[in-house]
Amino acid sequence: MKSFIPREVESLWTLFTAPTVWAIHFVGCYAAVAVYCAKAATLDLSFETVRLALGGFTIVALAVIVLSAYLAWRQWSFGVQDPPHDEPTRDGRTLFQGYATLLLSGLSFVAVVYAAIPLLFIAECQR
Amino acid sequence: MVELGNFSPEERAAQEERLRKVWKTPGGWRYWTSVNNSEIGLWYGVTAFAFMLFAGALALLMRAQLATPNNDLVSAELYNQAFTLHGTVMMFLFAVPIFEAVAIFLLPSMLGARELPFPRLSAFGFWSFLLGGIFVCGSIFFNAAPNAGWFMYPPLATDKEYAGIGADIWLLGLSFIEVASIAAAVEIIVGIMKCRAPGMRINMMPMFAWYLLIVAGMILFAFPPLIAGDILFEMERMFDWPFFDVTRGGDPLLWQHLFWIFGHPEVYIIFLPAIALMAMIVPTFSQRPIVGYSWIVLAAVGTGFLSFGLWVHHMFTTGLPQISLAFFSAASEAVAIPTGVQIFVFIATMLAGRVIFSLPMLFGAGGLAIFIIGGLTGVMVALAPFDWQAHDTYFIVAHLHYVLIGGMFFPIVAGIYYYFPFVTGKKLSDAWGKVAFWLMFVGFNVAFFPMHFSGLRGMPRRVFTYPEHFGWDLFNLLSTIGAFIFAAGVLTFVIDIFRPKPEPETRNLNPWNAGTLEWTNDPSEDWGMRSVPIITSRYPLWEQENLQADIEAGRYYLPDAKSGKRETLVTSVLDAEPIQCLRVGGVSYVPMISALALGGVFIALTYHWWIPTILCAVITFIAILWWLWTGTAQIPETEEVDVGLGKTLPVYVSGPASVGWWAMFITMVGDGTAFASLIFGYFFYWTVHDDFTAGATGPGAFWPMVALVLFVTAWLLTIAARALNEKGPAGCRIALGAGILVTIAACLAGLAGPYVHGMDPTSNVYPATVWVIALWTVVHGAVGIVMQAYSLARSFAGRMTAEYDQDIRNVTLYWHFMAFTAVVTFAVLGLFPMVSA
Repeated sequence: MKSFIPREVESLWTLFTAPTVWAIHFVGCYAAVAVYCAKAATLDLSFETVRLALGGFTIVALAVIVLSAYLAWRQWSFGVQDPPHDEPTRDGRTLFQGYATLLLSGLSFVAVVYAAIPLLFIAECQR
Repeated sequence: MVELGNFSPEERAAQEERLRKVWKTPGGWRYWTSVNNSEIGLWYGVTAFAFMLFAGALALLMRAQLATPNNDLVSAELYNQAFTLHGTVMMFLFAVPIFEAVAIFLLPSMLGARELPFPRLSAFGFWSFLLGGIFVCGSIFFNAAPNAGWFMYPPLATDKEYAGIGADIWLLGLSFIEVASIAAAVEIIVGIMKCRAPGMRINMMPMFAWYLLIVAGMILFAFPPLIAGDILFEMERMFDWPFFDVTRGGDPLLWQHLFWIFGHPEVYIIFLPAIALMAMIVPTFSQRPIVGYSWIVLAAVGTGFLSFGLWVHHMFTTGLPQISLAFFSAASEAVAIPTGVQIFVFIATMLAGRVIFSLPMLFGAGGLAIFIIGGLTGVMVALAPFDWQAHDTYFIVAHLHYVLIGGMFFPIVAGIYYYFPFVTGKKLSDAWGKVAFWLMFVGFNVAFFPMHFSGLRGMPRRVFTYPEHFGWDLFNLLSTIGAFIFAAGVLTFVIDIFRPKPEPETRNLNPWNAGTLEWTNDPSEDWGMRSVPIITSRYPLWEQENLQADIEAGRYYLPDAKSGKRETLVTSVLDAEPIQCLRVGGVSYVPMISALALGGVFIALTYHWWIPTILCAVITFIAILWWLWTGTAQIPETEEVDVGLGKTLPVYVSGPASVGWWAMFITMVGDGTAFASLIFGYFFYWTVHDDFTAGATGPGAFWPMVALVLFVTAWLLTIAARALNEKGPAGCRIALGAGILVTIAACLAGLAGPYVHGMDPTSNVYPATVWVIALWTVVHGAVGIVMQAYSLARSFAGRMTAEYDQDIRNVTLYWHFMAFTAVVTFAVLGLFPMVSA
């Protein structure tokens, strides 16, 4: 069976995967409630539905971040070697990338959870 | 392992002679045509510092006015101009440019490059900044300065009765300076990604470079929304297009969104480079590598991203739904995590090393202490309910000055103490420095700590006087006394910089025993690196034996300048393997002329002098074309050159491997962000109205769809031109010629929709929005035509061939963005009204 887990790539951009997921999640949540609260009267949707949908969106975002963290962990050789990863070799550079990406995935995970907290506690478009 | 070069003393002397000649800074008045990073960086820095002193003087004027209740030292109008200009100058003319200055000055040396890839672009940025800055600052002497606060909120700032020419000066002067900032961002990103010394892999980069890379990326996404906002604002002021006028469907809140999408990341754009300086200083004075290099990268990248999720915390009191506020409150708390990480990294480095207490450390530590207090009040005001109480009071004034002066000003001063020997070969005085520090530290706290209390007691910001017996008198008097003590500290520092200093007895290039590469440079030579070393460590001066001597003996890459041209190495992004010997622009008038002419456009526009505007625009256009024609994508006399150590590298590279392609890509990302902001505006107006067209007819679907198809056709023709060029000039020329004709038709079709349907942009915000988006795309189409015509001319002139095809490749890249812009524009304008109906 072909694995669904992406193969390792040589790129600087992978570093930004998890923060980008955070950004998409953040903008998505903000835009969704902004549009909903402005157009609630013309939409046949309850605020509950919006919250649930965004809750699902949050779970997807967190899952992508976990996947990115797994890939980073793999790039970091599953943590077999300790930082600082300052060796002047391709391996040293790859380990550094993996470790930094893993750290950023952690931060992004927490930031997505933070952004989801209002969905738990706020139940209407109160101004 | 590569065998290093070995030259006899005579050979070395001859090499040095050639290098000196190539990199020589011209003398006399031609000095000002220099484009070398060390000159531009220095001018930039000194100019920004001078603007800071000017804005500081305005602050003292305000504090003098507020010392006692019911004071009448200055009028309300002058006070309004003073605080508006104080904020504007500090943010736009000091805080951002000073870091661009430091980056332009330091980066090549830190990265082991001779020069950044686009020295003339840096020069252009500097001259734009200087002219724009003088224009904005000078206005107060004619009682014409902006007076509506540094954020220019409409409807106050769109009211021509109240905010006269000052608002236009703000909008146009600063738009001009934003161009300079984006130019600097392009230079910095390409420089860091492509111009590092061989072997300096991304896990070897100096911390400063990591921070600057992130900051330059942030500029690309933060400044364009403000440019988009400026366009809307100026269209309202100049032509009465009602973007912010509620009576005709506009909404002032859109300006607040666009301003703060810029304004909040801006705070971190200012803060991160200052922290980057600390990340260079702390390891040096702890005499050990930084603890947690990867954690610093986490902090820089994390802060860079999260800072874009904070803008609404400036708008907590504007009546947005509370759940929206809560998202931004959450992000505002989350950003404390990476910010805290970097401070803990510094503390850990100091604990793990042996700390040498010196002036840079004193200023750094003092700054951090102040910043932490500002950070803690930041956590308080990030909570919406607390902010509802504190908003627009002196509590906020205290908070922002603790953050900016602690997080930015003190570290900059620390950086100046640290790098002064790098610039001049001499150290600043310890004794003067200590006096300056204590005056500044004590003065700052006496000035700003009491503002927390006057704020909590309800004193609003931006009032030119206040009645007695409100319990504010004592706090204000203290603040004024503190401000003058602080200013005395700054003055002491300035005198120390300019007082004559004796020549040092022994030549010591690295007086602090630092480990990073920039300290190998000799400030008395213009060439930067004598030879470009191979890097195998994060702290090469500590860990690579004989590095200094080998560099100076020319034993590494590019020890010579036989071609008589300014050359630097281009390396690969991840592993810094040498891939090109890049020839960079030398001394030239053209950046200065282009910048001054472009400045003329903005200044003439301010006063609605249409003929000078057009004249200056034509000069700018010709100057830039001349600059490109004579200075870029030059066909070299030889394909490959010997760069030393037995390596030959190509001189001419095109496509994604070239620096020019990257510059185009980065510029267009910024341009795309501005476009996205305009589209955001379109949908913003859709959300605030039940019927956003207000019953007006739209552009219809026909003409927008015609324009869309024509733009896509022109894009395909451009791609075809690039492909055909590889086979010979004939097909390429036909495709380009056809592309020009189709693009002209596409532009006309783009305007036909709103024109044929008689949309009057002054009647309502809907037609105004349609017009502004259509115009944006058509103007880009016009630029696309110029580019196609330019490539055509280059082909006919024999300057673009199948082998040397940078021009057409970069133009094609532009057209990818152009096609995207056109598709989004005409799909939204033509189809969305039908969908939403």
